Amino acid sequence: MRSKVASVEEAVGRIRDGAAVMVGGFGVPGTPFTLVDALLEQGARDLTLVKNEANEDGMGVSKLVEAGRVRKIVTSHLGLNATVIGMMNRGEIEVELHPQGILAEKIRAGGAGLLGVVTDVGMDTILRESRRVVSVNGRDAIFEPALRADFALIHAAKGDGLGNLVYEKSARNFNPAMATAADTVIAEVESLVEIGELDPDGIHTPGPFVDHVVVLEKLSREYGILEHHVL
Amino acid sequence: MSYKEKIAARAAREIRPGEVLNLGIGIPTLVLRYLPEDSGVLVLSENGIAGMGPRCVRGDEDRNLIDAGGSYVTVRRGASFFDSVLSFSLVRGGRLDVTVLGALEVSRTGDLANWIIPGKFAPGIGGGMELAGKARRVLIATTHTARDGRPKILEECTLPLTAKGCVDTIVTELAVIDVTPQGLALRELAEETTLEEVKSKTDAPLLLPQGEVPRF
Repeated sequence: MRSKVASVEEAVGRIRDGAAVMVGGFGVPGTPFTLVDALLEQGARDLTLVKNEANEDGMGVSKLVEAGRVRKIVTSHLGLNATVIGMMNRGEIEVELHPQGILAEKIRAGGAGLLGVVTDVGMDTILRESRRVVSVNGRDAIFEPALRADFALIHAAKGDGLGNLVYEKSARNFNPAMATAADTVIAEVESLVEIGELDPDGIHTPGPFVDHVVVLEKLSREYGILEHHVL
Repeated sequence: MSYKEKIAARAAREIRPGEVLNLGIGIPTLVLRYLPEDSGVLVLSENGIAGMGPRCVRGDEDRNLIDAGGSYVTVRRGASFFDSVLSFSLVRGGRLDVTVLGALEVSRTGDLANWIIPGKFAPGIGGGMELAGKARRVLIATTHTARDGRPKILEECTLPLTAKGCVDTIVTELAVIDVTPQGLALRELAEETTLEEVKSKTDAPLLLPQGEVPRF
């Protein structure tokens, strides 16, 4: 059986200018900082990012945005990132905002081979003005097209050579949905285990969804505790 | 006790034993401190935790365990972790009993505006629209007026809405007010205020209870 284990350069090297890239994580937990840094390093530009938030100033995907490499970000909330909010307000980056759970469902639908999601969330708000409204059983609702990307960058605590993944605690967040919704799925793992070692009942993302597994030699400082969030 | 603590302590008394609860950022987060240990309330953090406990004491932080605002938190016995899809299935699917949220404006009919001030404050939507629109009960924990002194409780919201007709109860440092089909009903007044002060700081008519207004 061919192992999916790849070097970070190999895995991220295929991302071209103009690509759409989903990035897992909700704050620090689950953000694939090493893959993001490799994307910064390899130089692709004009990217469309899909991420719950833009990390915090100077961290993770914010570095891509700050370096002018991102044309558009599809996201839910930028509240902890004044730099990206500033760039949005000055028109330096296009921002497409969705309610958090609807963003998750758009990704889930993309991964599940569906065309979209129909919801009443946002119907009584200004979101309605920019959305397609459909009628379901006589009720008006918003049609949200499914979301897919060229690449998904995922972070998991454990993985094996088949691409089976296990996430830890609040680091799961958007990772499992994104792992289903891209043409090429690259997962970085904190530890690589032998095939057969993971309990089949405890696998969060099954191997067939994952194309490349990048093993983290060590965790950089970005994965650690953020002092300003400590009590 | 600061005014924020006072609001949080009073809001906590609106939570019933055993409920599934979500807390927004700011004053709502403080509600956790005032829930009795034995209340059996299960706190949902929308980044994928059911059974969240208080914030970590310094030194005990787990880099993989934060709340939706980024603070390091603990979990209670029996907690579970899940992904964002499942998290919002809980919210939209009717399993969230109550959410406590902040407000920029609340209208007489329970409309809530708390996500955007066009041209000034637009950080995004987050989970707010789904929490406000889909939780079985929506409590607002907020200062009675904005920083510039303008009333937050209005006949109609002027800012873009988060959700329409969603608010059940408003708790401020001055009063507890229920949104009823007849309009806003004053339920309690804070010890140190007067009915006149609350009326002057509220830009919508208030229905008064029979007899003396209870104090908190």
